[in-house]
Amino acid sequence: MGKHPEYQDWEEKELAASLKRFPERKEKFANHGGEEISRLAVPDRIDDTYLENIGFPGRYPYTRGVQPTMYRGRFWTMRQYAGFSTASESNRRYRYLLDQGTTGLSIAFDLPTQIGYDSDHPMAAGEVGKVGVAIDSLADMELLFDRIPLDKVSTSMTINAPAAVLLAMYVVVGEKQGVATHKLKGTIQNDILKEYVARGTYIFPPKPSLRLITDTFKWCTEHTPEFNTISISGYHIREAGSTAVQEVAFTLANGITYVQAALDAGLELDNFARRLSFFFNASSDLLEEVAKFRAARRLWARIMKDRFNARKPESQMLRFHTQTAGYTLTAQQIDNNIVRVALQALSAVLGGTQSLHTNSRDEALSLPTEDSVRTALRTQQVIAHESGVTSSVDPLAGSYFIEELTDRIETQASELIGKIEKAGGVVAAIEDGFIQRQIENSAYEYQQEIEKRERIIVGVNDFQIEEQTKPPLLRVNPEVEHDQVQALKELRAKRDNEKVKKALASLSACARNSSNLMPEILAAVKAYATLGEICQVLREVFGEYRG
Amino acid sequence: MPEQKKTHRVLIGKPGLDGHDRGAKFLARALRDAGFEVVYTGIRRTPEEIAAAAVQEDVSAVGLSLLSGAHMSLFPAVVQALKNAGAGDIPVLGGGIIPDEDIDLLKEAGISEVYTPGTPVEKIIAAFRSACEKQEARRT
Repeated sequence: MGKHPEYQDWEEKELAASLKRFPERKEKFANHGGEEISRLAVPDRIDDTYLENIGFPGRYPYTRGVQPTMYRGRFWTMRQYAGFSTASESNRRYRYLLDQGTTGLSIAFDLPTQIGYDSDHPMAAGEVGKVGVAIDSLADMELLFDRIPLDKVSTSMTINAPAAVLLAMYVVVGEKQGVATHKLKGTIQNDILKEYVARGTYIFPPKPSLRLITDTFKWCTEHTPEFNTISISGYHIREAGSTAVQEVAFTLANGITYVQAALDAGLELDNFARRLSFFFNASSDLLEEVAKFRAARRLWARIMKDRFNARKPESQMLRFHTQTAGYTLTAQQIDNNIVRVALQALSAVLGGTQSLHTNSRDEALSLPTEDSVRTALRTQQVIAHESGVTSSVDPLAGSYFIEELTDRIETQASELIGKIEKAGGVVAAIEDGFIQRQIENSAYEYQQEIEKRERIIVGVNDFQIEEQTKPPLLRVNPEVEHDQVQALKELRAKRDNEKVKKALASLSACARNSSNLMPEILAAVKAYATLGEICQVLREVFGEYRG
Repeated sequence: MPEQKKTHRVLIGKPGLDGHDRGAKFLARALRDAGFEVVYTGIRRTPEEIAAAAVQEDVSAVGLSLLSGAHMSLFPAVVQALKNAGAGDIPVLGGGIIPDEDIDLLKEAGISEVYTPGTPVEKIIAAFRSACEKQEARRT
C-alpha cells in the first residue's frame, strides 16, 4: 500500500520546507545499535478521524506539534526564570545562566515593579528585590542587560499591568546597544485577565488594561515583529488550584477575549495573531499533562480557524512556554523535588513545548541557590540529550489512553468555555466571581485529599523522615531596598525634570484620548521618568482595580 | 441539649503585594468548616488595613499568609499596627514560604506561631482554636 496522499502532501509541503529552512540536528537519528528512529510514526491506515483530530505536525489542527520536525530540528528554548535583588546582581545571575547553556532569558521582577510602584513607595516596603529584580527606571534596565547583547538573546519578561513600560525600556536599551528594534526577540507576559483571578498584580480595571494590551499588539506588529506581544497564561491559574481542564478552558477563554479586543480595536487578525503565545503549567500527572498540551493546541487551532477565520497557519498555532508546577514542590526532603521536576519537564517535552523553565529543588523554602538552579537546568539537558524522546515527533500519539484523554480534555474545556461565554464572557465571569470560585473549589478539593491522605505526597503525608540538615538558602541582601531608594533619589536629582514633566503630561493627555500609548510611554522612559511615575499618571486617568 | 460551643472569630490577612492566596483561601475555608467565623481580607492589604479590620470585626486571632519573602518586615508591621490600634493583645499567627531560621526571629517579634508548607491543616486549626480560647478568656 502506498503512502496516504495527505501524508505525502505533508512531506512535500510542510516537511520539505522545514527541512530546507532548519536542517535537523543530525543527519541520522539512531539508537545504540544503529537502528534508525522514525521521524514520525503514523498508523498503518490513515483514516478521516486521524486526519481530522491528529494529523501531522506543523499542519492544522497541530495536535502533534507546531513544527514538522519538532526537536529533531531544534530543542525547546531552555529558559530559566530568574531575578532578585538589584539589577546588577540579577545581571550576574543571567550571565551565569548563559554560561551554563541556557538559551533564553526570563526576567522575574519584584512585586513593586509588577504593580507599578517605585521602590520608595510606602506599598513597596519589605518587597523590594524579593521575588524578582527591582526596576525603577531605564537606568536599572541598562544595568540589567549590561554585557548581554540583545540581538543575541531572546528575553521573556514576566510583567503584566505595566508591560508596555518595561517593553519600552527594553526597546530603548536595545537602541543604546545599537540593536535595531525590529530585531529584538522576546516575550512580554502582558496577560492581565489571569491577574484578576489568580496572580494578583493588577493595577487598572479591565477595560483600560485591555486597551494597553491592544496598543502593545499594534505597536509591536509595526516595530518588533519578532516579539511575542502576550503570553496567555494558564500557569498561574493552575498554581492557584485549578484542574488541567480548567487551566485550558480559562486560558483559551482569555485568549478569545484578547483576540476579540484587538479586532474591536481595528487590528487585522492575521497581523497580530502570529505573535500571541501561551504559557502552561506542567504538573505531576504525567499523561494527563501530555494530553492537556495536545488538546490545548488542537482546541486553539479550531477556535482560530472556525470562529475567527484565521487564514495564516501561524495564526492558528498555539506556541507555548511551560514551567513545572511550583505548587507540587515540597519543603520536606527537598531532593525529591528534583524527581518531580524531571517528570513534569518530561510531560512538557512529550507535549511539544517551545520553551521550558524547570523549578529548583529548594523553591518551597526560598529563592533557589545557584547550585539548585544548575541542577534544574541539567534536568532539561538530560531530557534533551539523553532520554531519546526528542528523536521522534509526538511519540505518544496513537496511544489509546493519550488520545482518549486528549479528546476528553478538549471536549470538557470547550464546554467550560461555552459556560463562560453564556455568562457574558471572561470579564463578566471575573466580576461575578465565577472563575475564582471554580479555581477555589478545585484547590480546596485537592488540599482536602492531601489532608485525608487520599492523595499521597511523598515525604509530606507519607514516607516522612526526621530531617537533620538544613540546606543552604539564598537570602536577598536586606540592603537592597535602601540602595534602590538611594539610587532613585540620585536619579531624580540628576535627570532633566522639565523633560520628565512634559513627557508625563503628554502621556496623560494621550491616555485621555484613544491614540496609541506606546510612543508616549517610550518618550517618558527615555526621559528617565520612573515606572512609578508613569503608572501614577495612568492610575489617575484609568482608575485602580481593587480585588 | 449540649452546651452551645462559642464560635471563634478570626481574620485571615494577606499583607503586602503578594498575590499567592491559595493557602490563605484554603485555610479560611478549612477554618469555616471547623466552625470558625472567618473574615478574609483579600490580597494586597496594608498592615494598617489588616489591623483596622481585625478591630472592627472584633476577632480573637489574626492569621497572616505571605509567600513573597517579605515576612520579616510585614508580619512585625501588622503586630505594630495592631498595637497602634489598641489591639496589641490579639494573637497573630503566620504562614508561608518562611525559612526555618526566620521563625524564631518572627516569634521574638510577636508572631505567636509560624507554619510552613506541608503542615497538616488540623494542626493549624488546633492552634487557632487554642489562641482564640486564650484570647477570649483574657478578654472576659
